[in-house]
Amino acid sequence: MELNQLTIHELHELITKREVSSTQIVQSVFKRIETVEKDIHSYVTLMKERAFAAAADADKRIREGDITPMTGIPVALKDVLCTKGIRTTCGSRILHNYIPPYDATVVEKLKAAGAVFTGKVNMDEFAMGSSTETSCFGITRNPWDLKRIPGGSSGGSAAAVAADECIASLGSDTGGSIRQPAALCGVVGMKPTYGRVSRFGLVAFASSLDQIGPFTKDVEDCAIMMNVIAGYDSRDSTSVPLDVPDYTAFLSRGIDGWTVGIPREYFIEGIDPEVMEAMKSTIAVIEGLGAKCVEISLPHTGYCLAVYYIIAPAEASSNLARYDGVKYGFRAGDGRDLLEMYKKTRSAGFGAEVKRRIMIGTYALSSGYYDAYYKKASQVRGLIKGDFEKAFTQCDVILTPTSPTPAFTIGEKMDDPLQMYLSDIFTISANLAGIPGISVPCGFTRRGLPIGAQFLAGHFEEGKLIQMASAYEKNANLEKRRPNL
Amino acid sequence: MEYVAHLARLEFSEDEKEKFTFQLNNILAYVDMLNQVDTTDIEPVSHAIALNNAFREDVVEDSLNPELSLANAPEARGPFFRVPKVIE
Repeated sequence: MELNQLTIHELHELITKREVSSTQIVQSVFKRIETVEKDIHSYVTLMKERAFAAAADADKRIREGDITPMTGIPVALKDVLCTKGIRTTCGSRILHNYIPPYDATVVEKLKAAGAVFTGKVNMDEFAMGSSTETSCFGITRNPWDLKRIPGGSSGGSAAAVAADECIASLGSDTGGSIRQPAALCGVVGMKPTYGRVSRFGLVAFASSLDQIGPFTKDVEDCAIMMNVIAGYDSRDSTSVPLDVPDYTAFLSRGIDGWTVGIPREYFIEGIDPEVMEAMKSTIAVIEGLGAKCVEISLPHTGYCLAVYYIIAPAEASSNLARYDGVKYGFRAGDGRDLLEMYKKTRSAGFGAEVKRRIMIGTYALSSGYYDAYYKKASQVRGLIKGDFEKAFTQCDVILTPTSPTPAFTIGEKMDDPLQMYLSDIFTISANLAGIPGISVPCGFTRRGLPIGAQFLAGHFEEGKLIQMASAYEKNANLEKRRPNL
Repeated sequence: MEYVAHLARLEFSEDEKEKFTFQLNNILAYVDMLNQVDTTDIEPVSHAIALNNAFREDVVEDSLNPELSLANAPEARGPFFRVPKVIE
């Protein structure tokens, strides 16, 4: 085994025993990047020099005995998280040269814990997409099959972990952008409760839905990353002032006596038969651990996608109004006047999917249509949230497939936005309700593509998700595989 | 289409207009399903976690200096952002 293939907790053990240094780990990661990056293209910007300097700092701290579970561990950051002095592009031409003057809170926290940043990873433009095909820096490929997409929008974060081009990464999830790529790349991905992790320094897409979360190689690493990034931050007014538990304490508690809800509306026609088979095996494993699986109903599930495709574009159209060629980023040519400069800058700076969503959102919020679209969608959102509140009086956690199909091929859904949106059909509800969700690997298709299982829990119940996912992971006896690169 | 594009400060070629009109109509037809839901007396949810206004103490804190604030500007002159003329 190479060092870059190990988990955070395995490396931490080696570091504590002084058997390896952070510098050696970082060397191993960059060697891997040099070998496979031409095939995968996870990264938009590499931070090699800074990474080695940070590793040297970490090694000094380690020698002095100042060690946290993240000290010296190489982490990749989705290019939607502001990094002081390092270009942050959101995969968009309009921000291609933007250098933030500050760090996002999660970046600050990881830095303080001693983590080493390897670089900024690829994403759909402004996190709008499910395949990482809309980045202005080109596509990212799925490490398990280079003809396929890695999922999205955090495709670079998922692919980098799956291909061992980093040890863990951060992404963001507005409608499934952490969980869906985690499932399609065979890694663990968690979207925390809305308000659990500070969004300060996360470039905004849909502010009432966005959350930051980790991508890791196993559930224990997920708990370790959550311990670092969770918590109140006065700089994010939607951050919730609640105590954060030690998530690693949930890893070995087991799920004996738990009730797991299986929502009948999520097991519908159109799910790939191999995904369905994997779900059945997952249920069998869970029942073997002493949990009871019961059918539940989330009656408004069928409306989630429609609600999402009003609320997310409406909020995006407002958030993206700031890109006007004045304060930062790209400016097109010399407009005759200010209005023409705005139009030319925005039309040349944004890609097709971003413009599509700005148009839908602007329409939905325009005078005379607000009640019919945004208000109506927000009311149905209330009903969807209510469905979950009722469901969690009957069960501890809910189990669903993360995505209806395994990774699809590059280009397959680019001309049909609605088909593309449907690949997030099982993940969107958690963002609308603000609840946490985790995707864990639960097997492979016969062609060797990873499949993910999603667990959902009530607000601020990330601990339950870790407890559930960890018990499942330890007992599923899944075949240990690595992508063949 | 042209009116909304103007509101969003975007412009499109004729080809783009045609393609976008078709795609946007499809999406709007899809979201029409929400009209089947009875939402009488249902409060709209704008944020999933109900929080009251988050205020901080009214004390001066560090902010970005003019140099840093202008560092990413496509065009700046002195302590100002420079833009094309706004009025005739």
